[in-house]
Amino acid sequence: MAEANYPTDLLYHPEHDWARIDPADPQTATLGITWYAQDALGEVVFFDPPAVGTTLVKDEPYAEVESVKAVSDVLAPMSGEIVEVNGDLAADPGAINEDPYGGGWLVKIRLADSSERDALLDAAAYSATLGG
Amino acid sequence: MPVQYAGVRPEHMAVREAAGIFDVSHMGEIETAGPDALALLQRLLSNDVALLPIGGAQYSVLCQEDGGVLDDLFTYRLQADRYLTVTNAVNHERDFAWFQTHAAGFKDVQVTDRLEHYAMLAVQGPRARELVQAIADAPLPARMTAAMRRLGGAQVLICGTGYTGEDGVELLALPHDAPILWDELLRRGAVPAGLAARDTLRMEACFHLYGNDLSTERGPIEAGLGWCCREQTGFIGADAVRAVREAEVAGVGGLSEQRLVAFAIDGPGIARQGNTVIGGGVVSSGTLSPSLGIGIGLAYVPAASATIGTRLEIDVRGKIRPAVVKEKPLYRKGA
Repeated sequence: MAEANYPTDLLYHPEHDWARIDPADPQTATLGITWYAQDALGEVVFFDPPAVGTTLVKDEPYAEVESVKAVSDVLAPMSGEIVEVNGDLAADPGAINEDPYGGGWLVKIRLADSSERDALLDAAAYSATLGG
Repeated sequence: MPVQYAGVRPEHMAVREAAGIFDVSHMGEIETAGPDALALLQRLLSNDVALLPIGGAQYSVLCQEDGGVLDDLFTYRLQADRYLTVTNAVNHERDFAWFQTHAAGFKDVQVTDRLEHYAMLAVQGPRARELVQAIADAPLPARMTAAMRRLGGAQVLICGTGYTGEDGVELLALPHDAPILWDELLRRGAVPAGLAARDTLRMEACFHLYGNDLSTERGPIEAGLGWCCREQTGFIGADAVRAVREAEVAGVGGLSEQRLVAFAIDGPGIARQGNTVIGGGVVSSGTLSPSLGIGIGLAYVPAASATIGTRLEIDVRGKIRPAVVKEKPLYRKGA
């Protein structure tokens, strides 16, 4: 997507990651990077997913996304264990640019502590951190 | 020069498929003139400058006494005893000081810093010549030659050289003429390309980048630049270069030495500068090749591992990625 966009149904980490807590199962969340992050990175050419079962620690890197020119760590907005990875990204990492909140999701996790959501930002607060 | 305009991939592909234009005005120029110009350049530059015809272009390295590389550069012979050498921006001041210091030992040579005198635009790609030719007053100089031409209202030194592995020209123009040329060439279809595309293009073509693949810690033979060294000319560093070359020919002492190789990652992953090659060695340049769609790069590896087809293992931030030593260039036009 060409224009900045921060959906209101997501929670945001100030380091440009999002979490979508599953309304049907509030103990699981889908994670990804924000429009701002993918725009700063440029065209994503490689995503190396961590294995299912990997433990994520809030604020710690759990994966890498690479553009032609740089590699960037992805931080965990919440703690938990990976239950699914987006296998489609191996063939189409550009989905992270084109659809960062949809087809460009990175992993799904089972949350270790759902109260961690209280430390995350809503769309308005996250957008405000990006300035102008 | 920005890292990118529209994005590294479209800029890269524009150069491979049509024409891109780079503003490389940050590059430096040193003019060497006078009856002793040839003698000075022969002392400084690794190639045989006496073989450079008027209007010709020649690549060489500038070495320290120990053979360590101070810079890699193109020299153009503008007139019988007037030469222009293009330096890397990061090395320009050191190069100019080196030229001046050694010029003091010659009777009749003037060395002039021309960095502020020239803006430089590189127009590269299969359509590059056609775009520039359309505004030129005479046929463009052939590959590896240079000539003054009028482009629109501007007097421009046009050089049949580049850093992309494509045909094209480099334009040395007065700074106030350069924006007009830039706009005119864009209007005619050249795509503005930035530093990131310049880097991916030169890596596919296996051209060295000073600071990545060349440094004072490495000699030209190690870097695969023995082809531009003519030790019999007695250039500074020639003895050191000769010693390494002779050891290599004799097959002695060479195996502990490293050589710069081109590699491609076998599978997923992108190696980057500084990644370690298992068993000794280091990646000096690495990227994803936009043309080939795989991780590629240049690495210093033990001479014993430098033959084409050798399998390497590269530690990419804790993941071991298999790679293969490949023939240079990694990307060949029309391949």
